[in-house]
Amino acid sequence: MPIIQFQLNGAATTVDADPDQLLLDVLRGGLGVTSPHFGCGGGECGACRVIVDGRAMASCDMPMWFVADKDIVTVEGLGTAERPHPLQRAFIAEQAMQCGYCVSGILISAAALLKHNPSPTEAEVRTALDRNLCRCGSHNRMVRAVLRAAAEMATS
Amino acid sequence: MSAPSPAPTLPVSLAANPKLSSWVRFSGEGRVVISPGKVEIGQGIVTALAQIAADELDVEIGRIDMIRASTATSPNEGVTSGSLSIQHSGRALRHACAEVRQCFLEAASERLGVDASLLAIEDGMISGSGNVRTSYWELAGEVSLDHDASAGTITKSIARRTLAGHSVQRVDIPDKVFARPRFIHDVSLPGSLHGRVLRQDVSGAKLTGLDETAARNVPGLVAIVRDGGFAGVVADTEAAAEVALTALRKSAVWSTGEPLPDEDDLAGFLKSQPVETTIIDTRTTAPSRQTVKTLRRQYTRPYIAHASIAPSCAMAQWNGDHVHVWTHSQGVYMLRADLAIVLKLPAESIVVEHMEGAGCYGHNAADDVALDAALLAKAAGGRPVRVQWSRHDEMSHAPFGASMAIEIAADLDADNEIVGWRHDIWSNGHGARPGRAAEPALLAATEIANPYPRMISKNPPAANGGGGDRNSVPLYDLPAWTITSHRLLTMPVRVSALRTLGAQGNVFAIESVLDEIAALRGEDPVAFRLRHLSDERARDVIRAVARRAGWKPRQQAGTGYGVAFARYKNTGAYCAAIAEIEGADDIRVKRLTLTVDVGEAINPDGVINQIEGGAIQAASWVLKERVRFDRTRITSTSWTDYPILTFGEVPIVDVEIIQRPEIEPVGAGEAAHGPVTAAIANAVFDCLGVRVRDLPITRDRIIAAMELAS
Repeated sequence: MPIIQFQLNGAATTVDADPDQLLLDVLRGGLGVTSPHFGCGGGECGACRVIVDGRAMASCDMPMWFVADKDIVTVEGLGTAERPHPLQRAFIAEQAMQCGYCVSGILISAAALLKHNPSPTEAEVRTALDRNLCRCGSHNRMVRAVLRAAAEMATS
Repeated sequence: MSAPSPAPTLPVSLAANPKLSSWVRFSGEGRVVISPGKVEIGQGIVTALAQIAADELDVEIGRIDMIRASTATSPNEGVTSGSLSIQHSGRALRHACAEVRQCFLEAASERLGVDASLLAIEDGMISGSGNVRTSYWELAGEVSLDHDASAGTITKSIARRTLAGHSVQRVDIPDKVFARPRFIHDVSLPGSLHGRVLRQDVSGAKLTGLDETAARNVPGLVAIVRDGGFAGVVADTEAAAEVALTALRKSAVWSTGEPLPDEDDLAGFLKSQPVETTIIDTRTTAPSRQTVKTLRRQYTRPYIAHASIAPSCAMAQWNGDHVHVWTHSQGVYMLRADLAIVLKLPAESIVVEHMEGAGCYGHNAADDVALDAALLAKAAGGRPVRVQWSRHDEMSHAPFGASMAIEIAADLDADNEIVGWRHDIWSNGHGARPGRAAEPALLAATEIANPYPRMISKNPPAANGGGGDRNSVPLYDLPAWTITSHRLLTMPVRVSALRTLGAQGNVFAIESVLDEIAALRGEDPVAFRLRHLSDERARDVIRAVARRAGWKPRQQAGTGYGVAFARYKNTGAYCAAIAEIEGADDIRVKRLTLTVDVGEAINPDGVINQIEGGAIQAASWVLKERVRFDRTRITSTSWTDYPILTFGEVPIVDVEIIQRPEIEPVGAGEAAHGPVTAAIANAVFDCLGVRVRDLPITRDRIIAAMELAS
């Protein structure tokens, strides 16, 4: 199988993968990166989203040939408990989830948004998250958390 | 002579599992191990229980390690459902921890030579005057908790609780934002293999033929498992398992299935089936007023999918004739009972251990996939097998919430005051959970050789809140009523317990009819409800929600307001809701205002979170959700076919808690659905002048109602 190279959370990464293999399977399988979650397999729910060259995209239907030489960021690359991303801090502060299964995909969509638009309006946040589904009904808390993170980033 | 006061009794969960050490232990380095029988299903229960334990023991909440339920170690608290976890587990833990505290105070008193009443505990350190001190951990070796709890232990007074009643951050959230594996989906056991099960879309079709050749040639395949009509694959990787499953599917031959009802005539279907009829409640008072007309209305709700964001997942590993199962089931002991039947093993040979899944709203496919994993793992030579359902199977083969048809006939006098009230429900039962019958309730049990029949859903007894009849008895002071439940004895669409059981449908019906009668009378719907309610807590939540929403805001073209109320199960949380909608031929719910009274709210922010979530989920049910099917198969198998409310569509939700620390706490997870459903429907009438009585309230249904009215 061909060698495919890409950046994963800032580190050069090489995998030996079938070009048609899906990024989500490679991340969760061999690479042990579990924050992108399988939800539907059809790019409809957003639970598997990762940042690809600055854009939030579903990884469950993304073939590895597309990933070659791209820059991939997952929640593992956003921050850690010791050095949290403002979004991670804000999601804790707002207690912005119930079950939390959709949250990694939502953190990714929000991180991509804030990269391009550091001070979004509430409507812009909702639009950016509209491809992410949440079944528990924590939407409004999550929107508040994203706005809180944006405000924090603006003052720091 | 006064009557003797009743002997003190233990909380129900503690009476069933009295040994203190099964609930509480102290471990090494200043940790407290709390082991409840209830499980985290996204509702924050683990945090609320930790608060209660930390409070009673006088330790920092950060010292508490909450243990996941397992049949190997945990108290058996049945199933985590019905908004009962705070009542069951919370009361048991409060009592157990108070008694444990007392045991340690006595031991400390002996060691320090200080009267127990003069000792204080702060973060687990026990001290008295003269600088004498010890701790739970120092004394743990000499205080045995391997004895039964005793009735009559005094728990802390409300004033002395420092955690319960205050919002604390949930203990599970940091893991979830920092991507530390916590979900069963993310846990990888050493040497784990992956399994997939072959299932047919045609309802009731049985597997009659299978050519395994192509699947056998798939690289990475470990085993093909066939047991009667149950077939599945085990492979090295998920991808290989998927490829093998696809190969297997191509060669499968199925029998013709069983017909499904007409999705566009659910009431016709429900009312034409054989039923078991039960009078749920009657009230008669001598009529003081004359009936001059009867208002007859019919309401329906469709089948509703759990549609959790994660498909169900389980792992199983055999060791000889013992099997260990990891599951996100709501009831580890109940699942074990059904596994024992199907696997023909004594229960002691099976360990069922809980791991968190995605949000759970009732009896979904968690238990089904656990049996799938146990059956597939038999062929794995002792290696663990992880099975995850597809989105397609999750949307089509998991049990649904039951469809309902509800008729209310309200007898009215000349002033449109209610004289009599009849409420009839046609619905499947709302419970076919595992572990409650001599036959299993698990999907694969209906597929294996010598299969078990599909369990026909029953209703929990009235003492547990009922099922299809849940919330069908009005809390209002009506002079007379007859409430009747017609439970279907056929079940072409598989249903079981979904959040609120029948309460969403019944509250929708009752609160819609009341709204209609208030409108007939030209009476304000808030005033009308208050006039028919003597329960002060009920009156309080309605008055509070009216105040909070500024009831009734001045009407503007294109906006509407609706109010509704229920006390969940008539014994649980009180909740009143006001919906503000915008609409023409399509509607948007703009704002939901809710007030709730759960008695003592242990974690107020957790309660608000549950009510917010319940309100948004209910709005999604009302505006969008309906399981779709043709006459042979479920057709809503993706998010495209089964849309739910999105970020752009969710309303603002504003929640107020009426805190009552002196009243035993009840759960909040199911309180909002009924009131929100009816409040939206009533707002549609306020806005558009038409009543839509069939859920979901879609554009097509509104247009149809308008055409009917014109």
